[in-house]
Amino acid sequence: MVAHLISLKLLLLANGLRRNVWQAVGLGIATLYGFGLVTACAVGLAALRFADAATAETALVLGGSALVAVWALAPIAVAGVDLTLDPARFAPYPIPRGQLLAGHALAALIGVPGLCTALVLAATTLTWTRGLAPFAASVAGAALALGLCVVVSRLVASLASELAASRRFRDGSSLVLLVPLVLLAPLVSLALPALSDVAALGGAAEVLVWTPLGAAFSAPADAAQGLGATAAAKLAIAAASLALAAWAWSGTLGRALVRPSSGGRARAARGGRDGLGLFALVPATAAGAVAARSLVYWVRDPRYGGGLIVVPLLPVVLYAASLGQDGGGGPLAGPFALSGPLVAFVLAWSISADVSYDSTAFAGHLAAGVRGRDDRWGRALALLAFGLPVTLVVTAVPFAVAGEWATFPAVLGLAVGVLLSGTGLSSVVSARYAVAVPLPGESPFKKPAGNMGLTMAVQCGGMVLLCVLAAPEVALTVLALATGEPAYGWASLAVGTVLGAALLAGGAALGGRVLDARGPELYASLVRVA
Amino acid sequence: MSGLVPPSAASAPSPAAVPSAALSLRGLVKAFGGKPAVSGISLDVPVGSLYGLVGPNGAGKTTTLSIATGLLRPDAGTAHVFGVDVWGDPLAAKRLMGVLPDGVRLFDRLTGAQLITYAALLHGLDRRTAVERTHELLEAFGLADAAATLVVDYSAGMAKKAALAASLVHAPRLLVLDEPFESVDPVSAANIRGILADFVAGGGSVIVSSHVMDLVQRMCDHVAVVAAGCILAAGTVDEVRAGSTLEERFVELVGGPGRTEGLTWLRT
Repeated sequence: MVAHLISLKLLLLANGLRRNVWQAVGLGIATLYGFGLVTACAVGLAALRFADAATAETALVLGGSALVAVWALAPIAVAGVDLTLDPARFAPYPIPRGQLLAGHALAALIGVPGLCTALVLAATTLTWTRGLAPFAASVAGAALALGLCVVVSRLVASLASELAASRRFRDGSSLVLLVPLVLLAPLVSLALPALSDVAALGGAAEVLVWTPLGAAFSAPADAAQGLGATAAAKLAIAAASLALAAWAWSGTLGRALVRPSSGGRARAARGGRDGLGLFALVPATAAGAVAARSLVYWVRDPRYGGGLIVVPLLPVVLYAASLGQDGGGGPLAGPFALSGPLVAFVLAWSISADVSYDSTAFAGHLAAGVRGRDDRWGRALALLAFGLPVTLVVTAVPFAVAGEWATFPAVLGLAVGVLLSGTGLSSVVSARYAVAVPLPGESPFKKPAGNMGLTMAVQCGGMVLLCVLAAPEVALTVLALATGEPAYGWASLAVGTVLGAALLAGGAALGGRVLDARGPELYASLVRVA
Repeated sequence: MSGLVPPSAASAPSPAAVPSAALSLRGLVKAFGGKPAVSGISLDVPVGSLYGLVGPNGAGKTTTLSIATGLLRPDAGTAHVFGVDVWGDPLAAKRLMGVLPDGVRLFDRLTGAQLITYAALLHGLDRRTAVERTHELLEAFGLADAAATLVVDYSAGMAKKAALAASLVHAPRLLVLDEPFESVDPVSAANIRGILADFVAGGGSVIVSSHVMDLVQRMCDHVAVVAAGCILAAGTVDEVRAGSTLEERFVELVGGPGRTEGLTWLRT
């Protein structure tokens, strides 16, 4: 069974590559990058062989703890849980839980991150080739650490997707649960200055050696210093944490098997007695209808709402980052002042995969013969209806906190420019490319099926293009901030509004024409993914 | 009867598209990645007929109907709706058609009422007409109680009815329905059949694809049998079934193992 699951994963990988060249390109790049990283780590670990045991221990414990922490947080932070082997799909087969667990754990190692981690952990034994006891301890420690990485990440992934799939979570408001996770970043940023001196690092390592994160990496050092009992205790900590995590994961897996897809009781939407809601308010045109539909989705579809929770948190994170900086230039000196433009960017880019989010429901637009420009304007106006006020407020927050408004027009111009021209750009991108996104009803955390290579190329290309489109506002804002001349600020506001509006209109027109010409082809690529 | 030599001479399509037909397909060809899905399908749906399209899985029914409705661009061939070229003037052709695609998602985070109103507004109806027709359709399909419920919470049959209602809201002259009876319970199926019969009696034309021979034989006046991307027989139901039942005729035309040999280990 274990061998079956592994060969299944390999088969899925190979078939994915056969279906799509872009995916192969993405895998190739990731492999090159990964093995570069592995080589660098291995050289470093081999060099540590000649350092004294205490130094090697500190370095290994800090690096190793970070590695385990990254594995644990990756499923949430990257917002993509690899569910190629979704446990729910194995529900119909009589497979013993233990075998399913072992199979999933080993299959999780297949892929660039898993392979690289295994190689780096294997390389940690190089550091301890200074005696039989340390070497043996390092082999045991590396094996336990590898298990811990995989099992903890699977545990977090299944907890996250269980949470995200539940009905309660699907109601946009419950996305608040994610807030503490996002706030981890500012906490780390506040803690970073404290970590920048060597003494503090040593202190951190001293604590970490007794936690599940670092215990496995510290045991060989104790063995090297002749402290056999301490080494054994630390290995026991690592083994116990692995067992505990595996037990918890087994529990979530069991739940996933008996409740494969979350059903929910029917509920009436807040749409009034006739259930029309927003559709009774928008102008009765095709574009108005598309706007109403998009707004309903912004509220009801967690894939949209999930992207929005970043918006209120971004200023908080940036504020914390500004505090962390030395120099004391006030709140406006750091990245905090740029909250508005960054939020504008996030909002504008959020509809760059709008048609991909529709999935095959887009057939409704195509069969009704909706004109491309109506489709484009509807989606863009839905975003701007709340995006413009939100951008305005978020842009104003840092200046209100600082109590000085001299450079506000410059930054506002940049924010409005980015929002409008970005929306125009997104209107073209989503009309042209069907990218890999979670399907309707799927958890926003599910790693999407489909061509990741193309998705990444579209994302990167789009961002570069947006920087070019917003270059005039960027230049004027920089001038305004550098010279303190108010004229530049007002010029930025004027250019941002006028140029942004023009680019939005141009984007909607171009995107509409693309949609009119290639609607069936776009739909065909949506069908392929669905 | 001519039904023995398919396609039946009585309804062999003329080489040129028939402008008077509700739907006129000529020489449709479509291949996916080198594999042919449809290889040269021609058929005419007369105005006022209820036309059945039957065939085994993978015969090319969905591909044919997708091309006819402007969802899938053909490699070759033409589709005309009341003389309007679907691929030459898609907007005009789509105004004449109501489409229910198979295996396609709906905007299911909308309520039932919103879904139908949405389709109406996309077709350019004014708000009053849109809202009036939405309520009448919800009533006619027995969905009035579920008007304010999200479509994602509908059962499969209810969702199918809501999608069918959405395809009717702009008063099309031709309905193109891909598997409208799939996962629909018998009561709802009778409900849908009644609405389709009314639609045809009122001068509308319908083409439906289905696996259920019995249903097609009872409901449709014309039928075409499709297999492996070709039309094996086409004409009125009586011409095609040529004395036997449609199901027997279908198995005879399509071929395949009638009786299952082997699987002896299944006999417990």
